[in-house]
Amino acid sequence: MIETDQLTRCYGNLTAVDALSIRVEPGQVLGLLGPNGAGKSTAMRMIAGFLVPTSGTARVCGHDVSREPLKAKRALGYLPEGAPSYGEMTVREFLQFIVRMRGFKPDAGYRRFDAVVQQLQLEEVLELCIDTLSKGLRRRVGLAQAILHDPPVLMLDEPTDGLDPNQKHAVRQLIDVMARERTILISTHLLEEVHALCNRVVIIARGKLLADATPAELEARSRYHGAVSFSAPGSGMSQEMLGRLPQVAAIEVDPLDGRITVFPKPGERILGSVETLLREQGLEVSEIQLERGRLDEVFRQITTADSGAAGSPA
Amino acid sequence: MNPVSAVMRRELRSYFVTPVAYVFLVIFLVLAGILTFYVGDFYERGQADLQPFFAMHPWLYLILVPAITMRMWAEESKGGTLELLLTLPLTLWQAMLGKFFAAWLFIGLALVLTFPIWITVNYLGSPDNGVIVAGYLGSWLMAGSFIAIGACLSALTRSQVVAFILSALVCVLLILVGQPQVLDFFSGALPRRLINAVAHLSMLRHFEAIARGVLDVRDLLYFLLSMIGWLLAGVLLLDLKRTR
Repeated sequence: MIETDQLTRCYGNLTAVDALSIRVEPGQVLGLLGPNGAGKSTAMRMIAGFLVPTSGTARVCGHDVSREPLKAKRALGYLPEGAPSYGEMTVREFLQFIVRMRGFKPDAGYRRFDAVVQQLQLEEVLELCIDTLSKGLRRRVGLAQAILHDPPVLMLDEPTDGLDPNQKHAVRQLIDVMARERTILISTHLLEEVHALCNRVVIIARGKLLADATPAELEARSRYHGAVSFSAPGSGMSQEMLGRLPQVAAIEVDPLDGRITVFPKPGERILGSVETLLREQGLEVSEIQLERGRLDEVFRQITTADSGAAGSPA
Repeated sequence: MNPVSAVMRRELRSYFVTPVAYVFLVIFLVLAGILTFYVGDFYERGQADLQPFFAMHPWLYLILVPAITMRMWAEESKGGTLELLLTLPLTLWQAMLGKFFAAWLFIGLALVLTFPIWITVNYLGSPDNGVIVAGYLGSWLMAGSFIAIGACLSALTRSQVVAFILSALVCVLLILVGQPQVLDFFSGALPRRLINAVAHLSMLRHFEAIARGVLDVRDLLYFLLSMIGWLLAGVLLLDLKRTR
């Protein structure tokens, strides 16, 4: 479990993290989302015990990171931003260093070492210098380091940054598998990742918590939630007809590909009536889609709004 | 395994993986030899001891120890590995001691590798080997103090160059502060008691006392306390960095 209580960090006059209170339970994968410079990494560094909070507290598995730093650090696996590691060491040397630092008995240490190397598919690069590895491989070495002691709490700062789609998929699967009984906090600015990984999202900007919801709840806040979009050639007539439907709030036409999006009034479902109308008009619709909502739009809306009040799920 | 020894092993390995260790050993051994014979008048003195050899050590350490210690923390700060290291379950003291012992053992190895000169002097005459052992001990203790200074000042900055220059500067001050020329220069301006106190801070004075074969507790304490003091200051600096 990770708990922060009014966690605050100032750099001079700048408040990087502003009274952040979150609580992540076992089984949750919480995505910490925010624009660059929002305070994601600073918050994580405080939870990891690298930076001292200006005020407020953070606890990992009930251990206060300032008062019981060693216990908190033992419970935590942490991948810092950019996955730093000692470049002059080989992957094997580096991971064995971590094994020693984590205080393993030799037997147990070798077992975990082998398991993690296999899990992250590092067998072939074990004897290579970390400096010579690609960005993706270095990230995997960093992940191996973080999960080596099989921690109950995992905190990953941009775990898939710099990975290709296949590697991203592999890392997400790994996190999925680990998520079952663990507490996981990841930071990201990739919205697709939120869909793929997280069952809870916290959005912060300028150090303040702006939203705390599930991905579906966030999508429901989007203007596009429940909207129907379709492509149909020669549909000029039907646009007017659609506009006259009582449940429809607005209609937009994409100027590039002519795709039409019909927005419902709040709380209305319009897929059925739109379909019926199109059929009655005898229009040939090549494809029709019910929109779930667009996270990027909600993200923009939340993080660029002037009022910094914490939002509640819609 | 104990985190101190884990950090120490990692540091030592990184000396030998990068050219640092070899460059240091070669330069140290070559310079120690050349200076002893040409500047120290090893033969012309006609005495079977290693005084000219040990007399060169403070000046060798002055350049070579900061070259080893400058990267100790500055490199970790710059490369981001400091965040990795300090979020592993170890205290700042353990990290500092691990790094310190690695450097100190390494200098110890360099000293051991000067054994040919000890064989030479035993071949040429019959020196007092007890005094020579004391000289090695004194030299190693002095190296420890220099390393502690370098470790502390490396924690101060992200720049290895700045760490090198600051460490060399502090070391040269501590060598020179007890020299008669320096003391004479200040004798008019400062009270006599203060001058005497300052003279006791001199690294050279304590080292020379031990190297003459006189093992005085006060000299040993001087080196021990200066190591602890500078390492403590380094730990405090690292801790301060986390709050700033």
